[in-house]
Amino acid sequence: MTLPQAKPPLPSEDKRWKLVNATMRRNGYAGHALIEALHSIQDAFGFLDEISLRFVAGSLDLPLSKVYGVATFYHIFMLKPKGRHTCVVCTGTACYIKGAGDLVDTINARFGVQPGGTTEDDRLSVLAARCVGACGLAPAVVVDGELHGKLTAETLMTRLEELN
Amino acid sequence: MHLDDLAELAEQYRALDAGITHEVRVCVAAACQSTGSLPVLEALTQANTDDCCKVKGVGCMGLCSAGPMVAVAPKDGGIPESVLYREVKPEDAAEVLASVGGPLVERLHCPTDQPFFTRQMRIVREHSGIIDPDSFKGYVAVGGYAGLIKALTEMTPADVLREMTTSGLRGRGGGGYPTGLKWSTIAKMPPGQKYVICNGDEGDPGAFMDRAVLESDPHRVLEGMAIAAYAVGASKGYVYVRAEYPLAVERLTTAIKKAKRAGFIGNKIADTQFSFEVEIRLGAGAFVCGEETALMASIEGLRGQPRPRPPYPAESGLWGCPTLINNVETFANIAPIITNGGEWFAGIGTEKSKGTKVFALAGSISHIGLIEVPMGITLREIIEEIGGGCPGGKAFKAVQTGGPSGGCIPAQHLDIGVDYDSLKTLGTMMGSGGMIVMDETCDMVDVARYFMEFCMTESCGKCTPCRTGTWQMHELLDRIAKSRGTPKDLVLLEELCEVVQATSLCGLGQSAPNPVLSTLRYFRDEYEEKLAGR
Repeated sequence: MTLPQAKPPLPSEDKRWKLVNATMRRNGYAGHALIEALHSIQDAFGFLDEISLRFVAGSLDLPLSKVYGVATFYHIFMLKPKGRHTCVVCTGTACYIKGAGDLVDTINARFGVQPGGTTEDDRLSVLAARCVGACGLAPAVVVDGELHGKLTAETLMTRLEELN
Repeated sequence: MHLDDLAELAEQYRALDAGITHEVRVCVAAACQSTGSLPVLEALTQANTDDCCKVKGVGCMGLCSAGPMVAVAPKDGGIPESVLYREVKPEDAAEVLASVGGPLVERLHCPTDQPFFTRQMRIVREHSGIIDPDSFKGYVAVGGYAGLIKALTEMTPADVLREMTTSGLRGRGGGGYPTGLKWSTIAKMPPGQKYVICNGDEGDPGAFMDRAVLESDPHRVLEGMAIAAYAVGASKGYVYVRAEYPLAVERLTTAIKKAKRAGFIGNKIADTQFSFEVEIRLGAGAFVCGEETALMASIEGLRGQPRPRPPYPAESGLWGCPTLINNVETFANIAPIITNGGEWFAGIGTEKSKGTKVFALAGSISHIGLIEVPMGITLREIIEEIGGGCPGGKAFKAVQTGGPSGGCIPAQHLDIGVDYDSLKTLGTMMGSGGMIVMDETCDMVDVARYFMEFCMTESCGKCTPCRTGTWQMHELLDRIAKSRGTPKDLVLLEELCEVVQATSLCGLGQSAPNPVLSTLRYFRDEYEEKLAGR
């Protein structure tokens, strides 16, 4: 019989760790609540770093390899911090046939980033979403959480240039 | 609690709004919210001074491209009886309120006598756009939870199974497996821990039916799950929802909390011996998790990779226990079947496909949004009448159904009645209900490449045919699409389609070649033009 491991201490004084810990506690520190725990880290910190993955692995008594495997398998989890602004281009079918590909190309031409990347000055992260469900507004882009629909390359560029 | 008690409760809740004669309903589902419906709701609420008029947020009314939508309706009226307004702005509030009992606002009016509204038949979406999705009382007031109480107090689990079999309902997630049969298999498993899972991992791009159901009428899904759990002997349920649907998760969380407090979910429901707990599990952006075995792996906190079947989840599912997995729309069909009887449901639709189906219309079509139509309606009616055809006078070319697992249907087959089997004979599938309309400007080889890119990225990597096959097929399609392919590439592509289809482990790989095969079947000339370097 293996004795349950002692729970690791919170990695730092940062209050956000308490939120993460609360999520795991609510699920009884069960291994199957790993994805819930990773979501709570990403919500609190914006991305998953090694410290947080180790903390979750220790708390849920899971091998780090498994935690890393899950974190890298799912598209939603980011292992690197995002830029100051994010621009999510919807590449769902409706947006695609209405020109989402052109939007991606234009962003790349202007800012030099492909979906999944961040500009060198950490100003803008560009992501591609499978479908944001705004098919009535295709092509749609979510800039800093705000949805913009029926875009052209020009209107999107104007929008992105305005960000500081 | 008996049905009479529930009816009395519903009466009490209705009496809360006794003085109200009219309602001003603002759509607060995701699509309308993204066009700014919340400020409209606020402006209307503040401007409303009439005690006989109630301003409230409601679920999806269907015509997403005209959002934000506002309906002025007599208190118990549905969408056909309402005056609908489109693209309403906060500054229109006073005018909209003035039209309650007065002349309508011509400038914003969206007629409800057009085919988009009149040709629909609403079962799954009967409360959508009418009730406040966050209100438990609102759901009970329109007859909610009557199906569950009827099942628990007047029917045995075997009776419920019989009704389900009679109804002829088939799984709405795309596979079309008979729901009654699935439930009976799990019910027959020896007693013990069993699970009910609601699959809300709507991953097909261009499909947003399940999201609208969860955002507009979450209690309906919970009620369906509880009835299913009673019928199969389960005590625990999970709703697996995409993390990309935060509003659906929020509404569902509220619904579970309120249903629990009222005793319709939880321990000893309605003073019977039946207990049922529900938890939400968030997806994390993996298309393959829509596959049932991958979905269960994800609920268990693992990478969402499928495993071979058999054993089917009905025998050995979540943590090795018998598990029932149905899609959101399937569960939303259950309560009315129990209330009205399986015979009633079997009277709707075609011989082998009963009931209605919710479709998401998108792409090159005038009316973008959600529709619910009886099975057997022709594609022409859906696209030309309900959808209003392609905008800008462009000619229709094809409609894509079934997402990355489906195929394209060209104009010559538009007169076919839509059901599970007819779509299969056309080389596509029902899928979850996304319909993307493409016009003459659409490049079909590029569409095939788009879907292959999707499958390639979403392949979980477990089995070789899918992992490397989709990559190879994408390379070939990319070459052909860029007019750099050779006739040999096309031969190889067709060969690969066959191999990947026949040897992949799960539905993702097995159906990944479908978009290629169907475009080859109907638009081979476009491939050949590209090969000829044009």
